[in-house]
Amino acid sequence: MSALILQDCHKKTIEEICIYYKNDPGDLIKILHKAQTAFGYLPESVQREIAFHLKISVAKVYGVVTFYSFFTMTPKGKHPISVCMGTACYVRGAEKVLDELKDQLRIKVGGVTENGKFSLDCLRCVGACGLAPVLLIGEKVYGRVEASQIKGILDSYQD
Amino acid sequence: MEKIKITIDNTEVEVSKGATIYHAAKQIGIDIPVLCYLNLEHLNIENRPGGCRICVVEVEGRRNLAPSCSTECTPGMVVHTHNLRVMNARKTVLELILSDHPKECLVCSSSGQCDLQKLSQMMGIREIHAVENAEMSTYRKDFSPALRRDMDKCIMCRRCETICNDVQTVGALSAVNRGFMSVVAPAFEQDLVDSPCTFCGQCVAVCPTGALTPFDDTAKVIRALSDPSKTVIVQTAPAVRAALGEEFGLEPGTLVTGKMVAALRSLGFDKVFDTDFAADLTIMEEGTELLDRIGRYLNGEKDVKLPILTSCCPAWVNFFEEYYPDMLDIPSTARSPQQMFGAIAKNYYADLLKVKREDLVVVSVMPCLAKKYECQREEFSTNGNRDVDFSISTRELASLIKSCNINFDSLTEEEFDQPLGESTGAAVIFGATGGVIEAAVRTAYELFTGKKLEKIDFKELRGLDGIRMATVDFNGTPIHIGIAHQLGNARKLLDGIRSGMYNFHAIEIMACPGGCIGGAGQPLHHGHSDIIKARFDAIYREDSQKKIRKSHENPFIIKLYEEFLGHPLSEKSHHLLHTHYFDKHKK
Repeated sequence: MSALILQDCHKKTIEEICIYYKNDPGDLIKILHKAQTAFGYLPESVQREIAFHLKISVAKVYGVVTFYSFFTMTPKGKHPISVCMGTACYVRGAEKVLDELKDQLRIKVGGVTENGKFSLDCLRCVGACGLAPVLLIGEKVYGRVEASQIKGILDSYQD
Repeated sequence: MEKIKITIDNTEVEVSKGATIYHAAKQIGIDIPVLCYLNLEHLNIENRPGGCRICVVEVEGRRNLAPSCSTECTPGMVVHTHNLRVMNARKTVLELILSDHPKECLVCSSSGQCDLQKLSQMMGIREIHAVENAEMSTYRKDFSPALRRDMDKCIMCRRCETICNDVQTVGALSAVNRGFMSVVAPAFEQDLVDSPCTFCGQCVAVCPTGALTPFDDTAKVIRALSDPSKTVIVQTAPAVRAALGEEFGLEPGTLVTGKMVAALRSLGFDKVFDTDFAADLTIMEEGTELLDRIGRYLNGEKDVKLPILTSCCPAWVNFFEEYYPDMLDIPSTARSPQQMFGAIAKNYYADLLKVKREDLVVVSVMPCLAKKYECQREEFSTNGNRDVDFSISTRELASLIKSCNINFDSLTEEEFDQPLGESTGAAVIFGATGGVIEAAVRTAYELFTGKKLEKIDFKELRGLDGIRMATVDFNGTPIHIGIAHQLGNARKLLDGIRSGMYNFHAIEIMACPGGCIGGAGQPLHHGHSDIIKARFDAIYREDSQKKIRKSHENPFIIKLYEEFLGHPLSEKSHHLLHTHYFDKHKK
């Protein structure tokens, strides 16, 4: 868990997101989604602030955050990598791709590289089974990926 | 209301539209087994997450079995509650739950009171056909001063979550994580002590297994009793005498004051005293504080803080410290009776006995789990020695009596010791919602008006409604009083005060349903409101039988002020009988 001390601008961002959804606890998932887009992750302080605006318990917010694998409490890398482990990708060698990524980046699934450049996660099916195995970096989709291509793909991210 | 007809096990039954199969079956005497389901009728709360699947039944024309607790009846529905398919499904479900549950029933503190154990026995489970050496989910244990969480025993019925959020509005607990890893926990999986938990313990009272249990200090009490260098005294809260008998098979509402005293003496306590004595003392201090504030208010002083809130309930104190830190100057500063007793015992009675405070052990028997936390608060210790050393619950006292093979039924009734055992009817009613404020009014009226109270019973303050309001006439001066029990109701009242909607002079709050009589340390009532009602009546019966019914007429209280304290709100009183509150809210 990473501690983030909220500055006034952070609080304002959260408040605006909550007001957009009329501080309705029924829209908690959408609010968390927006907040994660804004902050990159959902640290304790952000969850407490959201609970405060929606007038619900922090435990409830945390319950939702931990239930959905989409939500994360650890910051993601600048270029978040997601490997599809859905059935089609899996049978066409997603695991080898994943192992290669773990070797190259020297991190585990869910981890972030020391320089904060890449983070690595798995997901289930992006709806592009025809391109299996599929890899996402940020919003860019790589199809029919082979382990041997990984180094080249990673090297293309210079910044 | 629209009625519909359905058939259950070949019997036709007519139910209201919207009724569940479970309720329809109950109507014709069929008790479908349940596990996660809990109906707290007195709170108007039904916990039916439909998660455990123990209550499944077969509905003709429906492909899957239906959870009866959360499936509504439809016209012409044909239901089978115990055919082979249903029985096999229930058995499989139960075996799957058991496959991820520790098999340590012999040493589990909930043994004998566990719903899962009872169900397993009822369904005749003799082996668990799960995969051999199947993985078990494990989770760290959390020990707080009042309760223990052992999530390995949690079956995710979510009753605790319902009571914590919907009834008490404390919001300490929520289901977190997913699937095999899911547990009920505070936010960020912190320990309970770091969460907004008030230790009211109502979650423990509804937990069907040993996942949530009280922190038990009975072993330390036994050790103190067998230590010849210690003088061990005990105080018993008013609500205990109205419920202890239930643990020995007596009818709810049986008063066992005399037998309880005899049992405690038989256990080896050097002196058996009464928290009721300290309740009378509380009235002297809190009542005087109330009159002081009202008097100054009537004299036109602008900065007087009204209403005054009672401060006897430790869960309530924890609640306002967490949720109303802006109102910390409103509650009475009077300590709770348990702590007043401890302070007088260690600072006055110890001197009378000529023993050092370290050699005097004060044990309290309480209907409450929050009292366990309260007696461990730092401000109630002197040089690390607590005013109240150990607090055990009504249920724990019953276990202690049983384990010492004392035949409770055949005990001859005995009287409390003096001087800290004398009490009035006003003190007894501290155990029920509305009782503290009625006791305060009895004394405050006479002190305020200088007249003798003609009618001692203030029936307008009694009852079991969650929020009650009444006005008492103080010889021409109307005194507005608010009463709430359960923290969710307290929140409604407090929010009303904060927004200026209500104008009260005094408010009484108790955290548990019915007040202390429904405390989490009491024999479990499983949501049966008639048990709460029986205890409630017993408390007022004891009051009506008392010779003295007003706190300020307690001869030993008068003597205590003459010999030791001086007068209410004196410097000595402030030092020993009053406290201060802390802002516990995490920003």
